[in-house]
Amino acid sequence: MAQFTTLTSRVIPLLRTNIDTDQIIPARYLKVTDKAGLGDALFADWRYNADGSPNPDFVLNQPQHRGAQILLAGDNFGCGSSREHAPWALTAWGIRAVITTDVADIFRSNALKNGLLPIVVSGAAHAKLLEFVEELPQCELQIDLATQQMTLPDGSLVPFPIDDFSKTCLLQGVDQLGYILNYSERITAYEATLAG
Amino acid sequence: MTNPPQTLFEKIWERHIVAQQPNSPAVLYIDLHLVHEVTSPQAFTGLRQRGLRVRRPDKTVATMDHSIPTTPLSVPIADAQAAAQLQMLADNTKEFGIALYGMDSPMRGIVHVIGPELGLTQPGMTIVCGDSHTSTHGAFGALAFGIGTSEVEHVLASQCLLQTRPKTFAVRVEGRLGAGVSAKDIILALIARIGIGGGGGHVFEYSGSAIRSLTMEERMTICNMSIEGGARAGMIAPDDVTFEYLAGRQHAPQGAAWERALQRWRALPSDAAAQFDKSITIAADELEPMVTYGTNPGMGVPVTSRIPDPAQISNAAARASMEQALEYMGLQPGQALLGQPIDVVFVGSCTNGRISDLRLAAQVMRGRRVAGGVRMLVVPGSQEVKRQAEQEGLDRIFRESGAEWREAGCSMCIAMNGDQLRPGQRAVSTSNRNFEGRQGKGGRTFLASPLTAAASAVSGHIADVRTLL
Ligand code: SF4
Repeated sequence: MAQFTTLTSRVIPLLRTNIDTDQIIPARYLKVTDKAGLGDALFADWRYNADGSPNPDFVLNQPQHRGAQILLAGDNFGCGSSREHAPWALTAWGIRAVITTDVADIFRSNALKNGLLPIVVSGAAHAKLLEFVEELPQCELQIDLATQQMTLPDGSLVPFPIDDFSKTCLLQGVDQLGYILNYSERITAYEATLAG
Repeated sequence: MTNPPQTLFEKIWERHIVAQQPNSPAVLYIDLHLVHEVTSPQAFTGLRQRGLRVRRPDKTVATMDHSIPTTPLSVPIADAQAAAQLQMLADNTKEFGIALYGMDSPMRGIVHVIGPELGLTQPGMTIVCGDSHTSTHGAFGALAFGIGTSEVEHVLASQCLLQTRPKTFAVRVEGRLGAGVSAKDIILALIARIGIGGGGGHVFEYSGSAIRSLTMEERMTICNMSIEGGARAGMIAPDDVTFEYLAGRQHAPQGAAWERALQRWRALPSDAAAQFDKSITIAADELEPMVTYGTNPGMGVPVTSRIPDPAQISNAAARASMEQALEYMGLQPGQALLGQPIDVVFVGSCTNGRISDLRLAAQVMRGRRVAGGVRMLVVPGSQEVKRQAEQEGLDRIFRESGAEWREAGCSMCIAMNGDQLRPGQRAVSTSNRNFEGRQGKGGRTFLASPLTAAASAVSGHIADVRTLL
């Protein structure tokens, strides 16, 4: 799995609340059989006009956000379907961290398996970040996973929570399937106890 | 020493822990893994790249539902990408020795409809699928939840998942539902009350007299939409209704094994003194038929209501989100929902595509016609539901009323197979998601029960079924 240690990037504000996975990647793009190339489908219904041209009003299409890797999103990001295509599309486009005030359970789990860091902060911290981004769209935010802190352009620090296991997995790029398979003997022993 | 009181969830969770290190998620054993064409291809590819086999093909079952056409099966699939994805599932299941209810299987259907139908879904099990509506199976007193494709690969390879223990949330529904009010209205009312993130990090356990009096199919409708309230899983304690449903089904235990299973299952319900982390009580008597007006399932109100006014909401983000929703839906604050014109009615999906749902819709359609200018699709949840409906003559009622009678599949619930709304069209739909574009780019969805959907179809606008009963 892709590692995540530190990240310094500009921030894209996409402040709608309850951004569901059907918006992150609409279902018609799920007919693929591999993970590659989904960056073009990211937020497709917001990003493109009816004729397929880019919608200039949508944040991802604005030149000042090109190459940015952090998304600042509204509450309850990633609700809805379990499609892992959502983090695949986000990371393929270049997003490595999503900052929000709440993130849906399945999306969180899927993101963590793809080196995409979901950061949940308080409403106050979210508002402070937004202020910076609106005033100084070119400013960069630093994320340090090891210390669980974000450094704002004025040097102030915003801590964020993450459970120990997810943190270790991201820092070291732990392969979770490998971790489970280390328990193969225990799994076999467990199966022997199952009622017939 | 007596054991501390436990909830249904806790009993199942603890029974399935294979290993648990401090400060780490549990390695949780999975009893049943359901697979479909959309969320599995990359998982099988991963297995192949690592040179792994499927650990327990006998606990893995696949079907085709999301992208298959619902037109007669003799016609070749026009969408080359969908066809390739379906073929890949056929190839993968063959290579790895997994049972597949494929295109030509008489038992094919939406994964959450056929699991129970075949008796695969049983109390006390852990059940997963690369699909968020796996919560449906919780209606049997199973711990069932949706997973991503990486996790599909984990379960294929190891029959286990890494899971952090969720919290518990008791949803008590007491009293009796009025005429014209159904299970769908209970769950839409719950989500309207707690919001679509309200159950985040929790597992719902639905209980109370109103839940106990529901059939298995109605219980499935409720558990199905747990995810729409933010909970990965929703469960209902198994009882005689559950056991009666299961008895004699193809994969249910038989003979002495059935008796032993019953004994285990009867011990599953939450102990009387068990504690929940959160709880809510809903009075069934006060519920009315519910309809959503916005772009998430939490934006629901009684059908007799007016469209809420965003100006009344103090939280800026919530206000903006409602304004955006109303703009997308083409609605004005203060308008009555009753009488809103519609273009399409969709009856189907893993929420409301079972035989009892079709019976309810047919009961309203009998002797009536789909209103001029309205297209109605009735899509059975499985080929078995379709056969049963045809035996009962429901297909004739639908056809004679002017509705389209289709083959089984997800269809317009997710609009991957060509069944979709055109931009701007409005649909009353018995499915579970009204997100922007869910039923086709630019399409506008009003979620409701099969009764409300049928009443709206014959009226040509959103209608209160109670005036037609
Ligand atoms: S019917 Fe809809 S919600 Fe249910 S499994 Fe199919 S696409 Fe998903």
